[in-house]
Amino acid sequence: MDVFLQTLVAGILKGGLYALIGIGMTLIMGVMGIINLAHGQLMMLAMYVTFVLNRMGVDPYLSLFVAMPLLFLLGVAIQKFLLNPLIKADTILPENQVLMTVGIGMALTEIVRFIFSSDYKYITTGYADKTFFLGSISFSMALTIAFGIALAFTAAMFFFLVRTDLGRSIRATAQDKDAATLMGVNTGRITVITFGLGAGLVAAAGCLLAPVYYIFPDLGGPFTAKAFIITILGGLGSTVGAIFGGVTLGLAESMGATYFGMEYEDIIGLTIFVLVLLFLPGGFKRLTKV
Amino acid sequence: MKKNLLPFGVVALIAALPLVLKDNYYLHLMILFLMWVVIGSAWNLIAGYTGQVSFGDAAFFGCGAYTAGLLATHLGVSTWWGLALGGFTAVAVGLPFGWICFRMRGAYFALATLALNEVLRHGATIAENFTGGMVGILIMPTFISKIPYYYIALAMAVASLASLQWVVRSKPGYYFVSIREDQDAAESLGIDTHFYKMLSLAYAAFWTGIAGALYMNYMGFIDPTVVFNLHDISIMAILVGIVGGVGTVYGPAVGAFVMVAVQEMFRSGFFGLFKWLGAVSGSASLVHVAEVLTQAHVLGFGILVVLVILVLPNGIVGDWPKIRKRVFRLGAGT
Repeated sequence: MDVFLQTLVAGILKGGLYALIGIGMTLIMGVMGIINLAHGQLMMLAMYVTFVLNRMGVDPYLSLFVAMPLLFLLGVAIQKFLLNPLIKADTILPENQVLMTVGIGMALTEIVRFIFSSDYKYITTGYADKTFFLGSISFSMALTIAFGIALAFTAAMFFFLVRTDLGRSIRATAQDKDAATLMGVNTGRITVITFGLGAGLVAAAGCLLAPVYYIFPDLGGPFTAKAFIITILGGLGSTVGAIFGGVTLGLAESMGATYFGMEYEDIIGLTIFVLVLLFLPGGFKRLTKV
Repeated sequence: MKKNLLPFGVVALIAALPLVLKDNYYLHLMILFLMWVVIGSAWNLIAGYTGQVSFGDAAFFGCGAYTAGLLATHLGVSTWWGLALGGFTAVAVGLPFGWICFRMRGAYFALATLALNEVLRHGATIAENFTGGMVGILIMPTFISKIPYYYIALAMAVASLASLQWVVRSKPGYYFVSIREDQDAAESLGIDTHFYKMLSLAYAAFWTGIAGALYMNYMGFIDPTVVFNLHDISIMAILVGIVGGVGTVYGPAVGAFVMVAVQEMFRSGFFGLFKWLGAVSGSASLVHVAEVLTQAHVLGFGILVVLVILVLPNGIVGDWPKIRKRVFRLGAGT
C-alpha cells in the first residue's frame, strides 16, 4: 500500500509540471490550429537559461522571472517572423507551419549543443535532494515547490483566459477566427501573443524542472512528445483538459515505472495515446465539456 | 517530345556513370541518392498527393531494414530476402496503424506517425533477445564492389518512379488528390476516403520498407537509433519531398540529389574545402571552422527547413516557373 501511495504522490507531483507544459501547447494548438513541435525545445532553452543564471548564483525559482520574459519574446519573434508569413504563402501542404516548427526545434537544439556541448549539466541547489515525510510517504521538496508554483500558474492562466479582455480575445480566436476578426479582434496580434504565452508557460515548466532533472540539448524531443500526448489526452485546445491530461500522464508514467519497469516509461505514454484515440477521440474534453 | 525523353536520358546517364566514375566515395553518394529517390517519392505519394503528411517514414524504413536483418540472424537465409519481404512487413505495420490513425486529420495524423516511429524504436531497443537491442544487427555484405548495389538501387529508383507515375495517372491517383484538396467534398462524392488513404499509406510503406531492406544489405549494420531516426530518416524524407517539390512526380528525385549533396557537404566540411584552405593558408581558425561545420549538419538541416519553407514552399520542381522568372529577370537586369 505504501508503495502504491508513494507512486501516486510522485505521479501527481510530476503531473503538475506536465500540466504546465501541456497548457502552453494546448493554447497554441487551440488558437492557431497547429502543433508546435518546438515546444520541448523551448523548454530545453529555458532550462539552459536557468543553468546559466544558476552559475551566476541565481536561484532556479528566481530565474523564472528572467526565463519567462525571454522565452515570451522568442515565441513572439518566432510567430511573427517565421510562422505568420507562411499563412499567406500559397502551397499545397497546409502542414508547412508544423514543418517549420520542426525546423526551428532542430536549429534550437543544435545551437544549444554548439554553445554548451552535449554533456549532461546539473543544477545544484540546497533543496534539490531534500525530502519531507507525511506519514510514511516521502515528498521531494523541489517537486512539491514546483507543483505549487505550477498550480499557481495554471490558476492564473485560467483566470486570465476567463476574466480579462485579452484572454477573451484569445478564446474567441480559438473558437472562430473569422467571427473574432469581424468582432474587431486583431487576430494576427492574438496569434503572436498566444505563441509568446505558450513559450512563456513552458519556460516556467523548464525552470521548475531544472533543479530535479539533467539538462542536455536532446531533451526537447521527448518533452514535445509528452506535451502532444497531454493535449490529445485532454482534448485539443482545452485548458482544463490539459491539466487532467498532465496529471494522468504523470500518474501513468510513475505507475508504469513502479509496476512494469523503468524502460517502459516512454512506451506507456504512447500506449495511452493510442488507447485514447481509439476509445475517447476528443480526449477528456468530451467528458467535461469545458 | 523533348520533355518525355528527359527522364530516359537522365536514367541512361546515371546507368552509364559507373563506367566513368571509379571512385567508391562518389558511387556511395550516388547509391544513397538513389535510395532517397525511392523514399522521397514514396513520401510524396502519401504526403504530396494524398495530403497526409507523414513524420514517421523511419518507422517503415526500419521495418524493412529489420525484416532483412532478422531473417538473416534468426532463419539464416540471405538478407536479400528482405528486399522481397521488407516492403510487405512495412505494409503489415502500416495498415493497422492507418486504420486507427486515419481518423485524425492533418497535423494530428502527422504526429501519430511520429509516435509510431517512437514506439517501434523503443520496441526494437527493449526486445533485446529478438532484435539485438542497441547492439544492432551486423551482417557481411554480399558484394565487395559497390557497382552491384548501384545498379540494384538504380533499378529500384526507376521502378518506384515508374510506379508513382502510373499510380498518379490512374483512378486512385485522382482520388488521392481529391482527398488532399478537400476530404469532405471527396467523401460526399462517394469516395471511400478511409480506404484510399490506407491504399496510399500501403504504397508509401511498401517502397520505404524496400528501401530500408536495401539499406540493411548495403550498409551491413543497423541498430534502432540508425534506422528509426527522426532527423536522419523521417525529416530527411520530408526535406527531400519539399525541396524537390511536393505533389510532383520528379520533384523528390531532384530533392534527393540536392539533399544528399547538402548532407554530404556538411558532413565533409564542404568536401574538405575549409580544411584545405586552412592547410594552405596555415590559419588555425579555418581548420576550426571545418571542424565546427562537420558537427553542424543537423543545424544546417534545421536552417534549411526554415529557409526552404519560407522561400520555396512548393520546392524546386513546383516553383520552377517562379525560379526561372526570377533568374531571368536577374539576368535581364545585369
